[in-house]
Amino acid sequence: MKEDKIFKTTLIMSGVFIALLIILILYSLFKGSYLSIKQNGFNFLTGKEWDPVSEKFGLLPFLVGTLLTSVLSLLISIPFALSIAIFSAIYLKKSFTGKILNYLTDLLSGIPSVIYGFWGLYFFVPIIRKLEISLGILPYGVGIITASLILSIMIIPYTSSIAREVINLVPSELIEAGYAMGATTYDVIKKIILPYAKSGIFAGILLSFGRAFGETMAVTMVIGNSNTLPKNIFSPANTMASIIANEFTEATKNSHLSSLIEVGLWLFLITFVINFIGQTIIKKFAPEGGK
Amino acid sequence: MKKLLLFLTITLITILLPINTFASVNLTGAGATFPYPLYSKMFSIYYKATGIKVNYQAIGSGGGIRQLLSKTVDFGASDAFVDDKGLKNFPHKVVHIPMCAGAVVLTYNISGNPFLKLTPELISSIFLGKIKKWNNPRIKELNPSVNLPDLKIVVVHRSDGSGTTFIFSDYLSKVSKEWKDKVGRGKALNWPVGLGAKGNPGVAGLIKQVPGAIGYVELIYALSNKMPFASIKNESGNFVKPSIESVKLAANTTLPDDMRVSLTNTNAINGYPISGFTWILVYKDLNKAGLSMAKSKELVKLLWWMIHTGQQYAESLHYAPLSPKAKAKAERIIKNIKFGNKTLLK
Repeated sequence: MKEDKIFKTTLIMSGVFIALLIILILYSLFKGSYLSIKQNGFNFLTGKEWDPVSEKFGLLPFLVGTLLTSVLSLLISIPFALSIAIFSAIYLKKSFTGKILNYLTDLLSGIPSVIYGFWGLYFFVPIIRKLEISLGILPYGVGIITASLILSIMIIPYTSSIAREVINLVPSELIEAGYAMGATTYDVIKKIILPYAKSGIFAGILLSFGRAFGETMAVTMVIGNSNTLPKNIFSPANTMASIIANEFTEATKNSHLSSLIEVGLWLFLITFVINFIGQTIIKKFAPEGGK
Repeated sequence: MKKLLLFLTITLITILLPINTFASVNLTGAGATFPYPLYSKMFSIYYKATGIKVNYQAIGSGGGIRQLLSKTVDFGASDAFVDDKGLKNFPHKVVHIPMCAGAVVLTYNISGNPFLKLTPELISSIFLGKIKKWNNPRIKELNPSVNLPDLKIVVVHRSDGSGTTFIFSDYLSKVSKEWKDKVGRGKALNWPVGLGAKGNPGVAGLIKQVPGAIGYVELIYALSNKMPFASIKNESGNFVKPSIESVKLAANTTLPDDMRVSLTNTNAINGYPISGFTWILVYKDLNKAGLSMAKSKELVKLLWWMIHTGQQYAESLHYAPLSPKAKAKAERIIKNIKFGNKTLLK
């Protein structure tokens, strides 16, 4: 009985601690950005200029850059991530090759992002430049498209490993029943497995999105870091996480520092909203009777 | 349960132990990353010679200044001097002591890595986006022997706030009124054109990747990576190649007593025009800074050692040591650091 009580108290305390931590983070972000909120007001969200010298701060170019790179990378990665998950969970089920494939995919998430960044800079950038030359665009090589491609590789393991796990959770009776009725593997995947695993797969995609949204190091190395509104997907741009990482350490002016913290506050709030929407969708998708 | 308690106690002891044993002899500092290789070399040699341990955290100039402001460190370090407005934030008087000088060089990616000559007007026009191609007549006129390609100029700058950007924009603000009005001087700028890259390695990497690119990096970085760089026309009209020697020469000029000065565009005849000091910042009255008498004495001794014995390590790490004139000024500043009304150095 005694152990039970201690265990329960520990669990409650951990829960309260996490909630408290989030409230404290939010509080310190608010406190840190107070000066910026007071000085920039609503212009902070609509401003297109980021000028630390004359102390004009606008978030819009970074917001657009962040949304463009994360959505694009998600669109690129989903087909690959899902194919890998279906292939390894259904076609290579429990085989040695399947294990190797899973291991290699998961390994992608263990590579430090700075390595992705440098690899992108030296390997991807020349390829994109060749593409840009053939398209007749100013061949920078760096920009939104390069950053999105690097990001999409980085987030594949998040979508695919979760998708793989939920596909494995699909009750074998359902799958067997499908085959018994004469369905092909394709039919089983399309009509039974994917509908059943849909909410889990979506959760994985959401996790990937969060990762792409907040990724800093790899993006900053290949996006071109131009603090202006991007004109197209080949333009150099910048993201919210990357402007913070770039300018925070050397920001000596109070208004500059405070504005960077406000960028962090918005990053926090947007992530919060996206997660909230995602959770709602997951609940809607959840299979009846399951979970 | 008992095992867990034991484990926790041991962890706690291991965490707390070092603080208790060494706290009294440690000096702590935080700030600039640019001089970090030199400082860490100096501090490790100083530790071997005197047994005084200096704990330096290269968290960036901004962080160093903020930590000094809140008195959580004994000294701060910065690549840019604190301006008059910034000094007013400090509760007590703060002094700047120069430690070494660094330079900013212009490097580029043109096939064959030709040696280029540039004037201040050309540099500011390129970085303002007004000269768009390498075969521009104004560049050709200055470099008649170089086969300049019909290639777009891609400007590459630092994306992270940095002392290097500060020195470079300080120079451009001095030589071009348009730059001063449109962009100005700072560690992070609203760049009119170009791509940003993080750190010296990022800028160098991007320049190598983009044909026709031009950008600026620290002299140390360009030298150790054997990058091509331009010689620049200085205030006296001479084209000067960046080197440790020409940076030292740039600093050998009339300097203000508080040493809060940039070394850009100085009137030194053979000095390289884009260079600057890096400083250590301390409170002038260490008593008011909350240091003990013993610690204050050690701090002043360390600073004195750094501008004398410590200087010999600068050149091998590609930093320019202090010029005789700069050293003389630095000595006076250190001698004036006090503890209450007691002098700390004879």
